[in-house]
Amino acid sequence: MTDLFWLIPFFPILSTFILAVFGTKLPKKYISLQACFAVFASFAVSLISFLGLLKTGPEQLPLLKTLFSWITAGKFQIAFSLQFDSLTAVMTLIVSGVGFIIHVYSIGYMAKDKSYARFFTYMNLFTFSMLMLVMSSNLVLMFVGWEGVGLCSYLLIGFWYEKHSASNAGMKAFIVNRIGDAGFLLAILFLFVHIGSVEFTAINQAISGNMITAGFATLVGILLFVGATGKSAQIPLYVWLPDAMEGPTPVSALIHAATMVTAGVYMVARMNMLYSLSTTAGNIVALVGALTAVFAASMALTQNDIKRVLAYSTISQLGYMFIGCGVGAYAAGIFHLYTHAFFKSLLFLAAGSVMHALSGELNMQKMGGLKKYLPRTYYPFLIGAIAIAGIPFLSGFFSKDAILTSAYAQGNYLVWALGILGAVMTAFYMFRLIFMTFHGKERLEPEAKKHLHESPPVMTLPLAVLAFFAVVAGYVSLPAVFGKNLDWFGRFLEPVIHGHAHHISLGMEWLLIFISVAVAVLGIFIAYVFYISKTHLPSQLAQKFPFLYRLLFNKYYVDEAYNALFIQPAVKGSELVYKHFDLKVIDGAVNGAGKSANAVGKLLSFLQTGFIKDYALIFLVGAILLLGYLLF
Amino acid sequence: MNIPLLSFIVFFPLAGALFLIFVNRENEKVIRSLTLIFALINLAASLWLFSGFDGGTHALQFVERHAWLGKGIEYHIGVDGISIFLLLLTTFLLPITILSSWTYIKDKVKEYHIFMLVLSSGILGVFVSMNMFLFYVFWEAMLIPMYFLIGIWGGKRKIYATVKFVLFTMIGSLLMLVAIFFLYNQYFKAQGFHSFFIFDLYQLVLPTNVQIPLFLAFALAFAIKVPLFPFHTWLPDAHVEAPTAGSVILAAVLLKMGAYGFLRFAMPMFPNALSKFLPYLAILALISIIYGGLMALIQKDVKSLVAYSSVSHMGLIMLAVFALNLEAIEGAIYQMLNHGLSTGALFLCVGILYERTHTRLIDDYGGVSKQMPVFSAFFLICMLSSVGLPGLNGFVGEILCLFGIFQANKVLAILGVSTVILAAAYLLWMFKRVMQGPIVHERIRSLKDMNKREIVYLVPIVLLMFFMGIYPKPFLKKIEPSVSHLVKRFEERVLLTDKTQGSDYILPEVKNDQDNPQEKEDQNP
Repeated sequence: MTDLFWLIPFFPILSTFILAVFGTKLPKKYISLQACFAVFASFAVSLISFLGLLKTGPEQLPLLKTLFSWITAGKFQIAFSLQFDSLTAVMTLIVSGVGFIIHVYSIGYMAKDKSYARFFTYMNLFTFSMLMLVMSSNLVLMFVGWEGVGLCSYLLIGFWYEKHSASNAGMKAFIVNRIGDAGFLLAILFLFVHIGSVEFTAINQAISGNMITAGFATLVGILLFVGATGKSAQIPLYVWLPDAMEGPTPVSALIHAATMVTAGVYMVARMNMLYSLSTTAGNIVALVGALTAVFAASMALTQNDIKRVLAYSTISQLGYMFIGCGVGAYAAGIFHLYTHAFFKSLLFLAAGSVMHALSGELNMQKMGGLKKYLPRTYYPFLIGAIAIAGIPFLSGFFSKDAILTSAYAQGNYLVWALGILGAVMTAFYMFRLIFMTFHGKERLEPEAKKHLHESPPVMTLPLAVLAFFAVVAGYVSLPAVFGKNLDWFGRFLEPVIHGHAHHISLGMEWLLIFISVAVAVLGIFIAYVFYISKTHLPSQLAQKFPFLYRLLFNKYYVDEAYNALFIQPAVKGSELVYKHFDLKVIDGAVNGAGKSANAVGKLLSFLQTGFIKDYALIFLVGAILLLGYLLF
Repeated sequence: MNIPLLSFIVFFPLAGALFLIFVNRENEKVIRSLTLIFALINLAASLWLFSGFDGGTHALQFVERHAWLGKGIEYHIGVDGISIFLLLLTTFLLPITILSSWTYIKDKVKEYHIFMLVLSSGILGVFVSMNMFLFYVFWEAMLIPMYFLIGIWGGKRKIYATVKFVLFTMIGSLLMLVAIFFLYNQYFKAQGFHSFFIFDLYQLVLPTNVQIPLFLAFALAFAIKVPLFPFHTWLPDAHVEAPTAGSVILAAVLLKMGAYGFLRFAMPMFPNALSKFLPYLAILALISIIYGGLMALIQKDVKSLVAYSSVSHMGLIMLAVFALNLEAIEGAIYQMLNHGLSTGALFLCVGILYERTHTRLIDDYGGVSKQMPVFSAFFLICMLSSVGLPGLNGFVGEILCLFGIFQANKVLAILGVSTVILAAAYLLWMFKRVMQGPIVHERIRSLKDMNKREIVYLVPIVLLMFFMGIYPKPFLKKIEPSVSHLVKRFEERVLLTDKTQGSDYILPEVKNDQDNPQEKEDQNP
């Protein structure tokens, strides 16, 4: 059955096509049914292929299917071919599985939107693009998916394009991503010209055959990572993701939490053989990841917009995944990607459910005490928060622990320490969110309170399913302290990921686990003190450290700095050049020439028939020149 | 070939124009329909020609050669892999432009359609002429209808724009004319008989110092046409003032003549001079990419924005041409077609808006998507094609160009990649301000979505954008033999002239290239 794996991406694209052409004429019920079914079909085939893969020997991997030759010009030969191996299997299951749940949730969330068909068209197109991204067998085809998801992100962030903020956010996302894409594109060119192919198998062969030096691997590794910082929202290109929250909440859950933003992590893991050649590139990835993890978490501390807290949290968690990849623990990075997909999409969907209940309210200062009104939203939300905070024995605990242990084992203590620091903040901002939203005093707007209602089952049921996975998903990979050979996930990925695990003593590992659990509990405790027991503390602190508070609250003024450093100079500079060079210097010269031609024309006044005269005059000159030339 | 199919394709529009002269000018509907029918017949004929085109060889096909004025001046036409798709692009766009001006042109309908038909004959003639004299005749003749199309049906500053357009082009072509006759004379000296046949002139091996002035004359004419920075300022004016159909033809086909000229003349005839000036030309092309992109960013007029985007895109095409390798030039030719489709389509979209609002200023729009959702989808796809989104045509050409440039010079490629960012910035920002956001101008509220006619002429372009993005092989396969031959000959010639420095020299085997036995194409050393 595995030989049918190449069908996986084609259900959503077929559905996209039908919805794009006939969408406006179809009834809503049919649209949602078709869109969900298409993603479910992809999930079913992914599952079948995955089960088949378990029986296939690793020597036969990856399964390849070449559909047709795509771009063929001289040495530039690119096949439209898909592959399936354990890494792809994990990714397709996440994309289609979580994608399906979010599609179902969207039926309820988008029920009243007038652009229903457009929404599901984009969502299906996204699913297709994301599946292409993880299934393509070469970098150029992967770039198709890479840009495709970027396009869908642009379209879905700007879904309510009549709002300035939404259309600006969409545009910003696309352009910032393009900066990263330029790096990705250059990496493709370097590899292609050097190796003669960008098929993953060919690249890995070239690496095994020592065709690639460490310096070259560093260069390409960094360029690829530039692409990853765009798509996966890392420093310095993370700025688009918080604004991306302008999109509908299911979009934030699917694209800007569970799947698309993890594309960079997938790419680094896919190219793990290249990165293992270069410790420099690996260290850069780990350090940028660690810095992003802390930096983004710190910005989440003071935000009052429920979705923005989650957005910064996503950036921060993606940082953890890059720590994993950077220290060579690719399996741990992918493991965190996998658990994060569940608990973060759960958090977003639950936040969406809160918004739905409060008629679109996002400001947590206008919430509070919602627990008793929204129990079916509260408990899944709480589970998600516990999972991301790293409390044993939920999924986030296992994956974050695997990453931090690996960082420590590799001897990268700075990265480990940053990771721990980020973990305190994570626990704090997550429970700050829970306490401000669901506990304490009710601060609801009277109008919102009137319409307050729990979400329909089509929305709360997906929450329950995701909550279930947020609890159990971690058990596929248990740390060594619980016994040998419990890392089933790592072993499954082994044919693709050639990580070399650093070993530390069991005692050390126990200590590390204890530290990370302790800081998580500490974070929750501080949040409890600040927002439940001594609620006057936060504002007192803010008054005591006004500079720090303003810095955090205004997100370190990074947007303002980018605007002043890059955007304004480009626009103002171009305007100056346009006015003073294009119009004055070049055109000035041209107009001068035109005037003198006119003067000559007036001199030779036998041709006064309007504008044809200029043409005729010049033609005449030409003819004379020509004749003169022919004569001698 | 018994039927002179190629001649038919070139001259049928002209014949149609002559026929229109005898149609009563009151019968506007008849004139429009007849022109459309002529255009469709021409398209059908060119598709028929294409079906008989052998993609496996670099040789000229559908050759017609007849004595004309003597002394080497012959009627000699043919197509190869370099020109076939440019010919198809021209015949493909003609019916579309006629449809696009169906209600837009209300004044002097008869003359308008006559000029459109004459124009396409002129353009087609340029692409198929194998005799330099004939080429020059078409090259110049084509200016006349274009001059009138902008000058009569143009906007407020049409006179300024036309004079500028003609002045720029004429200066370039005059010098080229002198160079053509010099070449002709040299050939006579070396060979003892006259010839204007391009492939004969290819055989002329001139010392580098003789090549240089000739090359510069040709290069100037083509650089103006492309246009390369700093010869570009005629383009925004011409585009802004031209009627929609004029802009479409100008951007889609006329600019390609410059790039075509480099490939057909400058590169094979003056290989050493080209090698010598390559760094300067490449830098001009690179400047065009970045400068055009930055200027596009800040334009207030949509048409002017698309015009500067053309400067940027053509810069990439020219940079690829100057990379002088198979992948780059193949990519450049493919990108010429893509640019023709995407920029042509963008001008059509702007035309659709202009016809409804009579303004081209970005600030006069905002929130159009809400009123015109179907149009919004079309405009979006055309914009994304221009941005080079994978899955659409632009990406295939762009990555081939960049790959080829990278092989030639890494630094140029790294800087050239900036086009990826710039194109997204200026186009998306424009789209944001025109199509998205709230409606602020009352007149936007009364806009009607696209009508059937408008959908009919945009659908073929959009379909082709997808097809060329997903399955470019049928195109690339037919382009490749000619380009591969061109590149190989260029490399041989550069070496050859180095050896025979000093005197005029003619290659020993003065034979028509198409008589040569077909060479095995070997791209993978």
